Amino acid sequence: MPVLLDFEKPLEELYEQLEKAQATHDKGKVDMSDTISQLEKKIQGVRKDLYKDLTGWQKVQISRHPDRPYTLDYIAGMCKSFVELHGDRNVKDDKAMVGGLASIDGQAVMIIGHQKGRNTKQRQYRNFGMANPEGYRKALRLMKMAEKFNLPVVTLIDTPGASPGLEAEERGQGEAIAKNLLEMAVLEVPIICIVIGEGASGGALGIGVGDRVAMLENTWYSVISPESCSSILWRSWDYKEKAADALKLTASDMHENGLVDLVIREPLGGAHNNPEAMYKSLKLEIKRMIKELSEMSTKRLIDQRIKKFSNMGAYADVEEEIAK
Amino acid sequence: MSWFKRVKEGILTKTQDKKPTPDGLWYKCPECKTPTSTKEFETNLWVCPDCGHHGKIGSAEYFSILFDDGKFKELDADLISGDPLKFVDTKPYPDRVLASAKKSGLHDAVRTATGRINGLKVSMAVMDFSFIGGSMGSVVGEKIARAIDVALEQKLPMIIISKSGGARMMEAAFSLMQMAKTSAKLALLSKAKLPYISILTDPTTGGVTASFAMLGDINIAEPNALIGFAGPRVIKETIGKDLPEGFQRSEFLLEHGFVDMIVERKDMKDKLHEVLNIIGVHKRETPAPKTKPKAKTQKASTK
Ligand SMILES: [Zn+2]
Repeated sequence: MPVLLDFEKPLEELYEQLEKAQATHDKGKVDMSDTISQLEKKIQGVRKDLYKDLTGWQKVQISRHPDRPYTLDYIAGMCKSFVELHGDRNVKDDKAMVGGLASIDGQAVMIIGHQKGRNTKQRQYRNFGMANPEGYRKALRLMKMAEKFNLPVVTLIDTPGASPGLEAEERGQGEAIAKNLLEMAVLEVPIICIVIGEGASGGALGIGVGDRVAMLENTWYSVISPESCSSILWRSWDYKEKAADALKLTASDMHENGLVDLVIREPLGGAHNNPEAMYKSLKLEIKRMIKELSEMSTKRLIDQRIKKFSNMGAYADVEEEIAK
Repeated sequence: MSWFKRVKEGILTKTQDKKPTPDGLWYKCPECKTPTSTKEFETNLWVCPDCGHHGKIGSAEYFSILFDDGKFKELDADLISGDPLKFVDTKPYPDRVLASAKKSGLHDAVRTATGRINGLKVSMAVMDFSFIGGSMGSVVGEKIARAIDVALEQKLPMIIISKSGGARMMEAAFSLMQMAKTSAKLALLSKAKLPYISILTDPTTGGVTASFAMLGDINIAEPNALIGFAGPRVIKETIGKDLPEGFQRSEFLLEHGFVDMIVERKDMKDKLHEVLNIIGVHKRETPAPKTKPKAKTQKASTK
């Protein structure tokens, strides 16, 4: 049975029935294929209902689903060849940030992303997808290389935040992220950023300044996680659902507010429910965006990139407002 | 009454209420607990005469300390925050802004201006911690971005004095994107070969550290300021241990290579002038500015 999220509970019984039917069928005495296909249809139907009007918090849960594809899964699923490159040339190789040269259907790119781990050991190895300064500096090294060799940059964002810790502070976590924001703003090749899971705060933005910033349908992107927001504003962890709504952190909200450029549909039940279909549609979008951006002059590319971020903000002139 | 009117009137009331510092009041230093008369404290630039602890001050005080004769031309003074997300936690965001405006007499957590430092013209942004913890929302990002535009147009050095608890949660991702906006503008300033001096004061944390505060050609810290990306409480909870003495303080940052120098408040103006004079932007040939920035002339409150 797949790992079901709490709001997917109505599927549990159907999956149990499906498993039983499958087992009976596999024994070879009774042909259960009709029952099986009926159950599968029913599961699809119920899932369609469940996924019709997802709340912010439910999308946060999907973005963290343990079976959800991570950066290296996307790379394997989309790129015919991938040469991983390691290290920031200063301190070490950050395992929470991966990247390298890749080919997407013959289109050469530099692809970079946060990397989470799938089991306890891997999760620790990848520091839960929380990069240290070395990770951001490795990402910048690869972006500068992309600029040198005129390759578009694709970043995959999936982090619960930049790593908080003694060493991260000693080695300048703030400076590392800040430097990336500055350099990405004027990088002379197209930059495409995709939020594939969690987009938490500066840790996400540190590889998130792009000509196109897209979010997969069931991901979130904000200045803080709903749990931390709840604990700071309500002084309790119990308001995470409320915080998720208040932060307007879903792909559709972010798009509506003009803070990301597009939302990419996920297969029914989320990216993990049909990873192959997800890789395929993301690949198409990336290829389309690269084509679009490659037609622009470098100057226009950078002007538009800076203009886009410069226009983000909600403010007014008091005098003008009163005069209205 | 419209929300803008309410903010404006709130601030006016506050400004009218402002009285000169009365005699006989005392400031108790949070560091050494020594009491100092507020008069003496002010004369000493809000630094404890006993232990040198640098008290938290805002834009008005920095403008009066750094600009010649306390004179400056304020930029975009009337920008105030919107409520893009209709954010409500324990109270609606506009109520929070209004309360903070009334209490601080400020429109938001930064003020920007042009003025002269020992004769050298600069564009400057100074953050105010008294406005929602110096948090960075759209107004902070926009005003800093516009002050950098002024530096670019008039070919001036840029100075930003940071003092911030980080992001403004009530503006969520709008707040986050101000990091990208300000950093992008600084990239343009850098391409124009105009100097940017970042002054980090107590405290400078979160998104401000991870954007403009750490991007100075020259980073200067006030003594013993808390400067970091993650807050000490978060780090302590993460590692489950007490933090070492002096962690994330100015001296720690100097030691680890993230600030160029620590400068006491009384020496700041001369140090800025010395640096800018050597870099010598004002000695370059400068064409007349094309557009005049919208601005109001005003004098810092005299004491
Ligand atoms: Zn003292």
